[in-house]
Amino acid sequence: MFTKKLVTAGVAAAIAAGAVGVVQAEEGQFIPALTYRTGPYAPGGIPTANGFTDYFRLVNERDGGVNGVKFIVEECEYGYETDRGVECYDRLKDKHGGATVISPYSTGTTYALIDKATADKIPILSMGYGRTSAADGRVFPYIFNFPATYWSQATAVVQYIANEMGGLEALKGQRFAFIYLDHPYGKEPIPTLDILAERFGFTYDKYPVPFATGTEQKSIWLQIRRTKPAYVIMWGWGVMNATAVKEAANIKFDMSKFIGNWWSASEQDVLPAGDGAIGYKGATFNGSGTDYKIFEDIMGVSGLSDDGDRGTVLYNRGMVNAAYIVEAVRLAQEKYGKGKRVTGEQVRWAFENLDLSAEDIEGLGLTGLMPPTKVTCLNHEGTSPAILIQQWNGKTWEIITDWIPAMTDVVRPLIEQDAAQYAQENNITPRTCS
Amino acid sequence: MLYREAGQFKTSYSADQAMLTITLDRWFVFGLTAFAIIGVPLLASEYIIGSILVPVLILSIAALGLNILTGYCGQLSLGTGAFMAAGAYLAYKIATNITWMPIWLVIPLAGLCAAAIGIAFGLPSLRIKGFYLAVATLAAQFFLLWLFVKVPWFVNNSISGVPPAPPRSIFGIQVTGAAAGNEAKYLFVLAFVIVLAWIARNMARSRIGRSWMAIRDMDIAAELVGIRPLPTKLSAFAISSFYCGVAGALWALCYINSVEPTAFDINRSFQVLFMIIVGGLGSVLGSFLGAAFIFLLPIVLNSAPGWFGYSIASDTITHIEFMLFGVLIIFFLIVEPHGLARLWQIAKEKLRLWPFPY
Repeated sequence: MFTKKLVTAGVAAAIAAGAVGVVQAEEGQFIPALTYRTGPYAPGGIPTANGFTDYFRLVNERDGGVNGVKFIVEECEYGYETDRGVECYDRLKDKHGGATVISPYSTGTTYALIDKATADKIPILSMGYGRTSAADGRVFPYIFNFPATYWSQATAVVQYIANEMGGLEALKGQRFAFIYLDHPYGKEPIPTLDILAERFGFTYDKYPVPFATGTEQKSIWLQIRRTKPAYVIMWGWGVMNATAVKEAANIKFDMSKFIGNWWSASEQDVLPAGDGAIGYKGATFNGSGTDYKIFEDIMGVSGLSDDGDRGTVLYNRGMVNAAYIVEAVRLAQEKYGKGKRVTGEQVRWAFENLDLSAEDIEGLGLTGLMPPTKVTCLNHEGTSPAILIQQWNGKTWEIITDWIPAMTDVVRPLIEQDAAQYAQENNITPRTCS
Repeated sequence: MLYREAGQFKTSYSADQAMLTITLDRWFVFGLTAFAIIGVPLLASEYIIGSILVPVLILSIAALGLNILTGYCGQLSLGTGAFMAAGAYLAYKIATNITWMPIWLVIPLAGLCAAAIGIAFGLPSLRIKGFYLAVATLAAQFFLLWLFVKVPWFVNNSISGVPPAPPRSIFGIQVTGAAAGNEAKYLFVLAFVIVLAWIARNMARSRIGRSWMAIRDMDIAAELVGIRPLPTKLSAFAISSFYCGVAGALWALCYINSVEPTAFDINRSFQVLFMIIVGGLGSVLGSFLGAAFIFLLPIVLNSAPGWFGYSIASDTITHIEFMLFGVLIIFFLIVEPHGLARLWQIAKEKLRLWPFPY
């Protein structure tokens, strides 16, 4: 009897709760959001997902969508697990008239989706992650990784170090340390670093951190203390970053000589180390904080996320990702009909012809948040990949440099070589871009 | 009722030794197989076939493999993910380097490579038992994955280290890689499932299966009645790893379309172990039920609110999913510690006696 009552009460409660939020079927531009708000990578996943969805909400409320076409955003939680990510993609891709674009926020899931999305004619915007060689648009027509790839980022970080030391010649004979997640993601920049080491005459020690145990780095930092590298570069993600920053602080390593890539430099990576993290640097392509015009607009919008992460590095990056998509949809509408829903195929065209100048970004109220970007058919990472260096001052991330351009003369041949191998293995005839 | 043995006489030894002795059982299994081959590709949607049935069938093969080792032979293994990874990486290596070899041969060959690795890691099983053996297989899990990530030879020196599945065809129809149709992939996987399940069922009730079970129930007694422990245990390791290797190869080539190390991490090993515990140790049917239960339950729980038109925040759904999933596993283990297969067996026994239960 008790069980029956309990079940009835439960069902009633579920219906009452559900009645508030019944989904309304409506026409609109569908954006599937693959998120990971749970699991070991949630600290990175939550702010990114919040920024991403909040921006679409803002565009819907402030502008009524793009030329009257509102965005429908549906989240699918996959916990950063590749197979669940693939399942989420399959579940969402045909909903609400078909997915416009996918941003998986996981290198593993991006890899698994590259061929699938290409077959389904849905573009992937893996913004600054995923497969580097997808920058070759001839082989990967549906995959975009602007504003810069991992390889470009690695060369720009080395360029920054050279600037600090007084020119590229000063790199000769220097010794650096590269600490990375032992995973395809962490190993991505190694071929580029090898070439740079050869060209500029420096050496570097590799310190892989096992994927399963990101927190055991004592021996690595002991070695770093002994070898005294001039700079430490880090390619980390998740709990590994915070551990590395803490360990570096423990051995009293000069934090201004410790540079993380743009997935290793956000608030949650430095806060656990307390004051020890002050001075730690990281690459980025988006500003942090809330001192931007866009945040004035966002104040009045209803139904926003309330996790208190507005203005963090990753929240803002999620917004930038959404902004790129919105602008691509706007561009696609200009070509294929204003006020009409555009397809994935049409948005793919728009990405390839995206040209956001500084004035365009000013008009969006995003100056300082996102870099000017020009994408072409040939070059899916954008024609001028560049990074900013930011430094943690104990309270916020402060951008301390101007845009540092990547060494595209080093990166581009590597990209084309890897893309050619991919094309050959998969019987793809690269299209011509002229 | 229809479901009873009364009146079904066997007049030959072969009839008496048949795999399915009850006529209705036989018709049911034949009908189900025929439906899976013909009906499903015609009726089911792309999503059901590509995202539900293909992974469940592949994981069923892995569960079958682990069930041979753990369920039938009693050797606890936590290396399932590693043996799957061995199958996946070697299938990729073989398929890309020996391009003339048909894909239906590549996958069993990758399974054989996994079997050889399984034998190597099974050697300690003669000396160590139970949890200590689990730790030894755990070493396989970490060592093999480290090896595949560390040595670029396995991925043809691909710079990214995550090569895409090579596209291969049978009779001109592409069955691997992302461009392959879901139906083609499904039928390709299903062919492996049917053959491997049939072999597993027959092994379990033949000499080799009985010697495994003897070792499982009491190894000293088994030794005394003339069962040699080393070949018996090693054969279980080899065949189990073969199944896992085939599953891993199919997982990489037909499901996630890339050879990726994180797909075979320690969580995969635990997932398959839970499948056979929930499904039923020492049961072929249990491997299928367990795989379906463990893989589908989270997805069903996750999508259920959407089916009824409720919108709940995606992270809340996932948290509810975790809670319900845990509760349901505990519930099943309390109500039926011998797994879902045992529930099915009880149902069949009740049907046989119907309408006179006792």
